[in-house]
Amino acid sequence: MDFFDRFTIPPHDDPMLYASIVAIGLVSIAIVFGVTYFKKWGYLWSEWLTTVDHKRIGIMYIISALLMLFRGGADAVMMRLQTAVPDNSFLDAQHYNEVFTTHGVVMIFFMAMAFIIGMMNFVVPLQIGARDVAFPRLNALSFWLYFAGAMLFNLSFVIGGSPDAGWTNYYPLAGTDFSEHVGVNYYNWALQISGIGTLMTGINFIATIMKMRAPGMTLMKMPMFTWSALITNLIIVFAFPVLTIALLMGTLDRQFFTNFFTTGDGGMDMMWANLFWIWGHPEVYILILPAFGIYSQIIATFSQRNLYGYKSMVASMVIISLLSFMVWVHHFFTMGQGAVANSIFSITTMAIAVPTGIKIFNWLLTMWKGKIRFTTPMMYSVAFIPLFTIGGVTGVMLAIASADYQYHNTMFLVAHFHNVIIPGVVFAMIAGLIYYWPKMFGFLLNERIGKWAFWNIVIGFCLSFFPMYITGLNGQARRMYTYSEASGFGPLSMVSFFGALLLAVGFALIVYNVYYSFRYAPRNVGDDPWNARSLEWATHNPVPEYNFAITPNVNSSEAFWDYKKNGHDLFKGGIKDIHMPNNSGWSIILAGIFFVFAFCFVFHVWVGVIIAFVGIISCLLYRSFEKDDGHHIHKEEIEETEKKFGGAE
Amino acid sequence: MRELFPMKQVNGYIFSLLLTVVALSVYFFDMSFAMGLTILVVTAFIQAGVQLVVFMHAGESEDKGGIYVHTIYGVVLALLTILGSLLAMIWGYMY
Repeated sequence: MDFFDRFTIPPHDDPMLYASIVAIGLVSIAIVFGVTYFKKWGYLWSEWLTTVDHKRIGIMYIISALLMLFRGGADAVMMRLQTAVPDNSFLDAQHYNEVFTTHGVVMIFFMAMAFIIGMMNFVVPLQIGARDVAFPRLNALSFWLYFAGAMLFNLSFVIGGSPDAGWTNYYPLAGTDFSEHVGVNYYNWALQISGIGTLMTGINFIATIMKMRAPGMTLMKMPMFTWSALITNLIIVFAFPVLTIALLMGTLDRQFFTNFFTTGDGGMDMMWANLFWIWGHPEVYILILPAFGIYSQIIATFSQRNLYGYKSMVASMVIISLLSFMVWVHHFFTMGQGAVANSIFSITTMAIAVPTGIKIFNWLLTMWKGKIRFTTPMMYSVAFIPLFTIGGVTGVMLAIASADYQYHNTMFLVAHFHNVIIPGVVFAMIAGLIYYWPKMFGFLLNERIGKWAFWNIVIGFCLSFFPMYITGLNGQARRMYTYSEASGFGPLSMVSFFGALLLAVGFALIVYNVYYSFRYAPRNVGDDPWNARSLEWATHNPVPEYNFAITPNVNSSEAFWDYKKNGHDLFKGGIKDIHMPNNSGWSIILAGIFFVFAFCFVFHVWVGVIIAFVGIISCLLYRSFEKDDGHHIHKEEIEETEKKFGGAE
Repeated sequence: MRELFPMKQVNGYIFSLLLTVVALSVYFFDMSFAMGLTILVVTAFIQAGVQLVVFMHAGESEDKGGIYVHTIYGVVLALLTILGSLLAMIWGYMY
């Protein structure tokens, strides 16, 4: 029995935990039963699980991201409930630690990252007029590695115990001296395998954007979202290896008794913070730049004007990408380094406000004298500008090193980064999802329900996080599971809790909107429901497998607008056979073996590790000698599909 | 004859052997630690450049501009990261 002891979770006196274990079990059984009952295994396997189509992979990323959004959102509501009143006992200290750690990791790695990569997957090849990404099989592997990582992390809740050292996982707290159980091992391995997936995505998309643009599309004629994706993937390629190595060092420390991050024997615990933030700060821009790209698309479309200051948008993103690697020390100004080091990083941090400000003004000037249509995506974009600016300004406050000694590790900081991430990333992803929904599924989401959701989310966001600025300045520390009544944080924390509830209602409304629109929305929305401008709208809704029947011929960053209004000839020549990659189960199998490998590693089950490792090597060898030339979609088939869409050119 | 005898690659090969010999000399000759390390770092970077240009054919395709820009970008970021880390972890405590 000794062997199985390691899989039990550390004791909690908490019925809720057992309830959620039962819930996870029941949902898993329900899914398996449902798919079997409706006889969908074959469909699921051949159309989705083995797909290499960038559109389907993008949709799978987005579905996973939404699932993780609800997982992390439930954690958030639990935390707000716990701190709603002083001396609350809804969660105990250990459980609260696990919840805020899980919330942070899930929201950053498995929600936000998946959402932006999903968007890039779906939109970028369409925007550059390509048939797929450069390495479709690798793309599928990226997704399944991410998915394996996310599932492994969520498993920690049920088997062995969750990580509890914060999403930043600082040593020595995360070391074996202070975190004995396997939680941090889970953290290391889940992030390791999903991080490998992300790194491959980065390489894949750089190659795609550099090599597979439609004829005529020079770099400076790319739509803005593609530019943001290119810069983002450059940052990914340079930032993620640092995380990979830092996690590996942490794993060696915890599982093989090395001394990289220990406090004795020549170890340097602060080195983890340094490495983590060398990756962590660029990560912030990995999240926000694609969001900026989506806002650029949406604001230009619904202002019915071309994007103001295209070149300055590109230049400011390039500058942000460089500066993002020069500021990481501002996450630990209080670690003890002197005034010189802190001043340097303080100044570089403030400098980022300049290119970001340029972008804000460009969006405002795009709207200036435009014929603005307040659709739901546009409302998110308009709300983003003032809210994000407030978050940016408090960011500059935090960048002042001497003042940071007051703000550090308080709720003020928590309010700040939620204030940039929620209006920045989350609003953009919801807006982008609604905007591209007809491209994905061929119908529009209901505008009325969408606006209800919007108001709930915006008001809920303001109520949740603005009070934290005040309690933070009054000295409320982050990550404290409770506080005394005498501290006076009670009323404002209660307001925060109500805000969290409103946010939850808003997200529930989005789900209801999907259900409602799926049942009742009209399907004949045409190919261009928003009167949009860039190339992705030049094909049908939903997009056929091959994207464009004829490779488009591009003359500007708004090729579709020129096609509609200025008589630009977008599709020259006739329909030819199209060469497409084959589906393959290789990716999901390899990622599954990776999952087993990491799981065994977490629990020191070395036999399993060795078997899984052999499995991984075998998969790679198989792929090396596999002959797969793809297939052709024939001319007649394409013509028939085109006729069905009513768009025979 | 020119096609059969790739002058550039042969020269590159000889040059990279030469760099290896210079780097190896650090072990055989008695010199200060700083001196030895300087030689190693300089020869290592030149070696990497030679490999990149001569044997990995950077600069022979149409998109050589992009390749060089990306390489320089990567080198700049690596230097910034190392210098910044030294600043945050060592120098920052001296001043």
